[in-house]
Amino acid sequence: MAQYSLTVNNKTYQIEADARMPLLWVIREIIGLTGTKYGCGIAQCGACTVHLNGNPVRSCSIPVSAANNQKIITIEGLSADNSHPVQQAWIMEQVPQCGYCQSGQILAAAHLLSRNPNPTDADIDRAMMGHICRCGTYPRIRKAIKTAARLMQQKASVK
Amino acid sequence: MKTALTRRDFMKVSTLAGGGLLLSFQTGNALAALLPKDAEVFQPNAFVSISPEGLITIMAPNPEVGQGVKTSLPMLVAEELDADWTMVRVEQAGLDTRNFQRQVAGGSGSVRSSWESFRKAGATARQMLLEAAAQKWGVPVSECITRNGFVIHQPTGKTLNYGALATAASGLEVPQEVKLKDPKDYNLIGRRMVNVDAWNIVTGKMPFGLDTRREGMLTAMVARPTFGKKLKSVDDTRAKQVKGVKQVIVFDNKVAILATNTWAAKKGRDALRLEWEAEGTPESTENYNTAFAELIKNTTQEPKRNDGDVNQALSQADKVLESVFYAPFLPHAPLEPMNFFAHVREDGAELYGPTQTPARTRTEAARVLGLPEEKITVGMSRMGGGFGRRLQADYSVEAARISKLAGVPVLVVWTREDDMQGGYYRPAGMYRYRAALKNNQLTGWHLIAAAANSANASRENSFPAGVVPNFRVDSHNYQSPITVGPWRAPNHNFIAFAEESFLDEIALELGKDPVAFRLELLEQAKTNPVGHVAYDPTRYINVIKTAAEMGNWGQQGVKGIFKGFGAHFSFGTYVAQVADVSVQNGKVKVHKVYCAVDCGRVINLSGAETQIEGGIIDGIGHMLYGEITFKSGEVEQKNFNTYRLIRMPDAPEIEVRFINTNAEPQGLGEPGLPPIGAAVANAIFAATGSRIYRLPVRLPGEHSKRSF
Repeated sequence: MAQYSLTVNNKTYQIEADARMPLLWVIREIIGLTGTKYGCGIAQCGACTVHLNGNPVRSCSIPVSAANNQKIITIEGLSADNSHPVQQAWIMEQVPQCGYCQSGQILAAAHLLSRNPNPTDADIDRAMMGHICRCGTYPRIRKAIKTAARLMQQKASVK
Repeated sequence: MKTALTRRDFMKVSTLAGGGLLLSFQTGNALAALLPKDAEVFQPNAFVSISPEGLITIMAPNPEVGQGVKTSLPMLVAEELDADWTMVRVEQAGLDTRNFQRQVAGGSGSVRSSWESFRKAGATARQMLLEAAAQKWGVPVSECITRNGFVIHQPTGKTLNYGALATAASGLEVPQEVKLKDPKDYNLIGRRMVNVDAWNIVTGKMPFGLDTRREGMLTAMVARPTFGKKLKSVDDTRAKQVKGVKQVIVFDNKVAILATNTWAAKKGRDALRLEWEAEGTPESTENYNTAFAELIKNTTQEPKRNDGDVNQALSQADKVLESVFYAPFLPHAPLEPMNFFAHVREDGAELYGPTQTPARTRTEAARVLGLPEEKITVGMSRMGGGFGRRLQADYSVEAARISKLAGVPVLVVWTREDDMQGGYYRPAGMYRYRAALKNNQLTGWHLIAAAANSANASRENSFPAGVVPNFRVDSHNYQSPITVGPWRAPNHNFIAFAEESFLDEIALELGKDPVAFRLELLEQAKTNPVGHVAYDPTRYINVIKTAAEMGNWGQQGVKGIFKGFGAHFSFGTYVAQVADVSVQNGKVKVHKVYCAVDCGRVINLSGAETQIEGGIIDGIGHMLYGEITFKSGEVEQKNFNTYRLIRMPDAPEIEVRFINTNAEPQGLGEPGLPPIGAAVANAIFAATGSRIYRLPVRLPGEHSKRSF
């Protein structure tokens, strides 16, 4: 067991954990944020995706020791008031079915759009292919990413 | 009178203030009963309630697995109540067999079984609010109408909102007969409504079963045997040394590790030294495949259906076509692995988690715990998918067993590997079809099926049953140690692929267009039916024509893209699909799917669309990639690195059109899936000349007629 300092959603936590404990379980069971999901444990499904220093990573496969003193954003911290354009677009396009994978999908989409404000279908395929949706919401995710891109452009032009 | 409250204000109202209108659904009928205002006698999870502030709380009694019933069922109540949907809050009910009927997520049956009772409950509340307003104003009820959460006195234009009438209404007699709306007056039914949990989902706030946290709870992981193995010895010395591990329990041929968190439980389980021994002969894939191939050579004593004389038809045919189709085992693999919370005390138990069958969970838990059912509560979390896996109670009963033995509240967590290996799989099977063709007509059809642990591997009344004069279905049950269970659209999920592929083979042999051939057969079902006809040929014809038109059937499309057709009737719903497919270097790409659906009246249009889209994607994914194989009783695909699921680049564009009808609503969670396998496979044939007999698809070449 060792001490770690993690900044999750702009709040710093001092925690004690086994060095090899995956960041996923630290976030879910020590910090207590359950929006980050367990799906496979081997970085295949993307349900556990969080942003680590701004990049999407699979929290199931990162030991807590590797996240010490780093900045993590989970689905709960994607926006201060839940109004991130990707979240809005997910509602507008009625994406979720069971909803279990959507935290990871949304974080992947938000990262894609932060780097590429106008993604093509091929860009979307590349950015999202690490994420499994067992309910088959893929066509709606694709539409919602394009809708979010438009929302972000509108927001930018208002500013 | 408050009229300008926003939804935000109402969301802050967390408890019912004194008074208010409370209604429950009575067991066995659709009447709503007014309950006394004394809060202590309420059964809160059975109510439609309206607070004096106008907040309407509608309980969602059915398990929510992603099929959307937590939105669509309350819409039925709100529609007939003439409620302002922005004032409606939906709450998930627990298991309550006294007040609710059929709390099941299965058989695409939630809307079908609730359609009458939910609307009547809403209409009853509305009628009482009307009467309360009329009394208050001293006017005849007939002069009052309701609109969007208000009662309006038409001659004077006076209005009162429902909240202001709730307390008065609760003192009135419950009407025995209520009038339901004329569908032309629907405000909610048929519209696109946002899933009531959508905002919680996209912000990570929606709790699933795995997110259950309770005071004093331990997390458990269980070492389970592979199929046909028995626990021989347990050495838990190292496991007990893992920090956080609190208990090790050996039970029912398994070993549970209870720990303070999931990671510690997993480390503890990894540290167990277990010996297993074989009980009988553990099964491998080649064993059951060999057995199926043997079984389908012969008929059974008791055919599932037997019209005319198929042997005579086959012996007198000008030509007999024969094809054998092979279905692999499939796991359900919902993205949220199995898990359940249990707190068993001496005098009762609380069970909570993701289940498609809370009543079955309670019955089976009562049996293993030795408790009466009324001492056990079952709560339902939102489920991260189910696809039939959570119709089983093995994982919830296991949690109850462990909690009882450990004497603590426990959340049992399955890893993905546990989930893939501890399944109740879609049965593997083999389907041998023969068709008799005479004078350019289909005169006989014989299916001999064999599948693992399946009393009936067929859907014997499925089209073209009802139009072929000599039609026989036999089904062999092959006993296997591998556990099987319903998997989204049981039997339909493979039968539709096989029979709609075979129909294309027949059409080709007869020199007929596949769509025209189906239409010709269905016309015969209208004019000259044979035996029991389980479908309405007119509705079938309508979806086939609609899909063909949507998908530009018979027209030259984009170069390199080929069309395939499939249709199927299941769970009361008619679905026809055209798939646009290309095949390049052995890689199948589904570009677009056109889908026509007659499911009767649509409740939530966007929910309906997502179910059909999801079924199509699910079907494509499993036909292209899905297969579980066994080696000496052990599942060979243990996680998503070796068990491939469909991903974004393989998902086609999908266009869905619902037939506009006043017919009663039918199932939607499953019917979108069955026809797509054939639609894609028939397109692959058009593209390559290779007929797909074995799933998952493997191109090129080796799938042309093969022996098993």
